[in-house]
Amino acid sequence: MDFSQENHVLVVFPHPDDEAFGVSGTIMKYREKKVPVTYACLTFGDMGRNLGYPPFATRESLHSIRKAEVEESARIMGIDDLRLLGFRDKTLEFEEHGKLKGVITDLIEELQPTRIITFYPGYSVHPDHEATADAVIESLADMPKDKRPALQLVAFDNRTFDDLGEPDIVIDIDGFTDRKLDVMAAHRSQTGKLLEDLAADTQQGDDARNRWMRYENFYSYEID
Amino acid sequence: MEMKKIVKQDVQKVLTGFENTPVYLHVEITSGMYASHLDDNVFNAGTFLRNIQVEFIHATIRGGNRSKEHRVGLKLDNGGWVYVLGLTHYIEGENGEFIMHGFNAEGKLASALEISTQPFFK
Repeated sequence: MDFSQENHVLVVFPHPDDEAFGVSGTIMKYREKKVPVTYACLTFGDMGRNLGYPPFATRESLHSIRKAEVEESARIMGIDDLRLLGFRDKTLEFEEHGKLKGVITDLIEELQPTRIITFYPGYSVHPDHEATADAVIESLADMPKDKRPALQLVAFDNRTFDDLGEPDIVIDIDGFTDRKLDVMAAHRSQTGKLLEDLAADTQQGDDARNRWMRYENFYSYEID
Repeated sequence: MEMKKIVKQDVQKVLTGFENTPVYLHVEITSGMYASHLDDNVFNAGTFLRNIQVEFIHATIRGGNRSKEHRVGLKLDNGGWVYVLGLTHYIEGENGEFIMHGFNAEGKLASALEISTQPFFK
């Protein structure tokens, strides 16, 4: 995959740490090739169950804590265009139909991305993820086929491999794992336990390192 | 500022202080959105209500003896009730709101009851 070939990559996720686990290495590879990357993050993740490990936040303080965390994450990844869209965590699927799609359409018209990274509809577990994926797909479906940006999607439902097979976009993040660890650490309120696992000399540690620190897996997607 | 483990007398005093005053509530119970993704035997359930305006005439905290967690019941001026099970910690927030959380064995939020005379941010 030639990372310098894109004009602009748009990353759309609902929660401030969604970019960290499966995508941040890929984002950094684009930034290394000077490709502009916009990260549109739809909520502040203010309904998260993790309030630190051990807890240091409250339901009320989580908002500003996670805002600062995603800003730090963007800084580490070298993203200078971070859009925090301010929807409330958990509520995306209940917004008026078409509202999210409109937000995505506006972003696409403004930025003219050649590639969009988001979740895979039907295979991304969390209703906010699904609502985000649906909004992106609906927005692209309205565009003429030859004008649509390429889709690069994250799927992690338990049915993923059975239904979709092996991921067809596999990004080797060798050389970026130290910074990826910094990105995860930036989301301190959410990743305390995972960071502990990643540093541990145990089977759990091996599993975590194999899952997050070697490859980032995506599926391409064609809209009919 | 860290949350404190619930001491019943201390929490009771704060709850009583909100009696017969119009207040806003944030009420939340959650299994987490990944509960059944991670374990087939678990059923996802949860609720949150935010910026619900009520007035309660009587507030009581119970539990915390044999059980680790506490329960709070708010008896409303219209005869209704607010009930939350599973509270372990509390703190008085920066904007005068009273925040009670319940953390499970993994340190994740399982329940919340928050009371404020001012609306919670949207």
